[in-house]
Amino acid sequence: MVRGADIVVKSLIAENAEYIFGYPGGAIMPVYDALYDYSAQIKHVLTRHEQGAIHAAQGYARVSGKVGVVLATSGPGATNLITGLADAQIDSTPLVCITGQVAAHLLGSDAFQETDVVGLSMPGTKWNIQVRSVEDIAPAIAKAFHIAMTGRPGPVLVDITKNAQVEFGEFNYIPCTGIRSYRPFQPINTQSIQAAAELINKAERPYLLFGQGVVLAHAEKELQEFVDKTGIPAACTLLGSGALPETHPNYVGKLGMHGNYAPNLLTNKCDVLIAVGMRFDDRVTGDLKRYAKQAKVIHLELDPSEIDKNVKCAVPVLGDCKKSLAMLTQAVDQKSHLSWLEKFRELEAQEKEAVVANDLHATHGGLHMGEVIRLINQFKEKDAILVTDVGQHQMIAWRYFDFKTTRTQVTSGGLGTMGFALPAALGAQLHDYKKQVICVVGDGGIQMTIQELGTIMQTKAPVKIVLLNNNYLGMVRQWQQLFFDKRYSFTELDNPDFIKIAEAYNFKARKVTEREDLEAAVAEMLVQDGPYFLEVVVEKEDNVFPMIATGCSVEEVRLS
Amino acid sequence: MNRYTILVYTENFIGILNRITIIFTRRGININALTASESRLDGIHKITIEVTVTPEQIEHLVKQIEKVVDVIKAYYFTDNEVVYQEIALYKIPIESLDPSVEKVIRQFNAHIIAAEKEFVVLEFTGHKEDTQALLEILKPFNLLEFSRSGRVAIAKPKFSVQEYLNNQT
Repeated sequence: MVRGADIVVKSLIAENAEYIFGYPGGAIMPVYDALYDYSAQIKHVLTRHEQGAIHAAQGYARVSGKVGVVLATSGPGATNLITGLADAQIDSTPLVCITGQVAAHLLGSDAFQETDVVGLSMPGTKWNIQVRSVEDIAPAIAKAFHIAMTGRPGPVLVDITKNAQVEFGEFNYIPCTGIRSYRPFQPINTQSIQAAAELINKAERPYLLFGQGVVLAHAEKELQEFVDKTGIPAACTLLGSGALPETHPNYVGKLGMHGNYAPNLLTNKCDVLIAVGMRFDDRVTGDLKRYAKQAKVIHLELDPSEIDKNVKCAVPVLGDCKKSLAMLTQAVDQKSHLSWLEKFRELEAQEKEAVVANDLHATHGGLHMGEVIRLINQFKEKDAILVTDVGQHQMIAWRYFDFKTTRTQVTSGGLGTMGFALPAALGAQLHDYKKQVICVVGDGGIQMTIQELGTIMQTKAPVKIVLLNNNYLGMVRQWQQLFFDKRYSFTELDNPDFIKIAEAYNFKARKVTEREDLEAAVAEMLVQDGPYFLEVVVEKEDNVFPMIATGCSVEEVRLS
Repeated sequence: MNRYTILVYTENFIGILNRITIIFTRRGININALTASESRLDGIHKITIEVTVTPEQIEHLVKQIEKVVDVIKAYYFTDNEVVYQEIALYKIPIESLDPSVEKVIRQFNAHIIAAEKEFVVLEFTGHKEDTQALLEILKPFNLLEFSRSGRVAIAKPKFSVQEYLNNQT
């Protein structure tokens, strides 16, 4: 017989969890007590805030493809997870969060640090459960891992009352292999494959959009084989970046509000649109009433609720895209679409001239965020991981970072969570200390979770932090400039001395304000073995282009 | 906008009803009526939801409901595709029971299911329009209380949750 708390830890070990990101407190103390005995089998990372713990777990999950595990106490510990849960839910990140809860006999009595975390987290989890007795702990954790990881991944939460943690029970772990009410994979309908293949074979201007679904399904190879055979131009969403090498001859760029010119504009010129593992987010589609109306849409998607949700499709192909892409590749004709591809290249040249050249190679005025990313590309390792926060720097880094392989970008896509980057970079780094993890963050976002510098210090994770400082909440300021008549309402920041803060946390730190110092500084950062903090003071009022303004059509993407 | 009946078959899991209703809340859609009960199958609950939405919305809602891990299957039907009933109870003071009320009771084929010293309870089952019609008639007779259930429904098209469960892949 062992204590419930030991069952919690033993269950996590049985699921091959490598790390727990967490923060102790009253209602979870028995589990923390148990953890003391298992430090050889499972590592715990003490963050400085529960939000830091869950974002770190997200970063870990995104680069590793494994479940991120979070441990927190009841009440405020649990409520501090909510942002991360919502973020992981919308970005399909597998997490298992375990929260302590007051003893079962106190439930509903407004006991100290009691909160209804099951109720609070319901809309932000794929599944959640409260466990009130010891024998239910292991089955709940087994089910949690199964649900988090299978089908469309997502966060789950297991709330365990304190009495269950201290009761004694048998430990006999049986991994969950199926739940009768839950069918994560749909069998692929061969008729829909045939129908899709017919449309593709007849298409004159077919166009493929791929999203994170390709990464989650480990279907990068299948995607490339499909694109190779069909010769179809392919563009990615924010979270799809890296699923197809950017050097691939058919890769045409990025979609969305601040994506590339050609991929947005030509969405309304294709005749068949093939969407793979993406959900037609409004940041990708712009005005839906004027989105790809001329095209027949083929949607390869795992989640049935995404079919026809935003864009009506002619042929839905439900199921795991690793399988459906392979089947589709079998069924389609070998082709090339060189003149159609040429249209993308022509517009790409326009974007290069109008935007990219100055973004990357500015010669006067303040430093541009793009220059920093260009220099990072120059000195980074091939498989370096980019972790970004939310805002202008996120869009610029995404546009210009050289994504050579899959799972090299970690960012908050759907929820747009400022404060995500710093803890997520820590989690990404812990998965592999040898990988280069570069955290690009703005002066607004870093201050939302800046305390996690302490966790980086304690874990000695060699994260390279690049703070792009414009003393503004830059993206909001850009909108104020463009759509609110330059009324810069509460977007300018009086910032602290970030270098002093970084140094207080034992970071090697450097601040760059001049163009001539930038290259040496980036180079210096990227040869460091340990963590490094580089602050770059950039142009105060710079804007990200191209841009599709809210309510506009993808055709109305503007270059300035 | 059409009136639909959604039939949801679920595991008997704490919080399942909340997981389903928040799908409506989030989209600002009002549930007309809802009933939940054990189904014919052991351990499986059946939730019947009546909602007035567009054809696109109903598709979307049912897919979102089916996405809930503990939901086994969800179906939706138009009013023509289901046989449905609602039960209504009317509490009437004894002194109101004059011949005209008796006539109404007969006309509607309603039943007196409880008779107390000061009031009777009338039961009438039918569609909402019918129970509402009786309510309007009884209102002037000092009706003391009224209570109406959500709809219970049986679908006309053939489907089997048992068969669906047996075809587990």
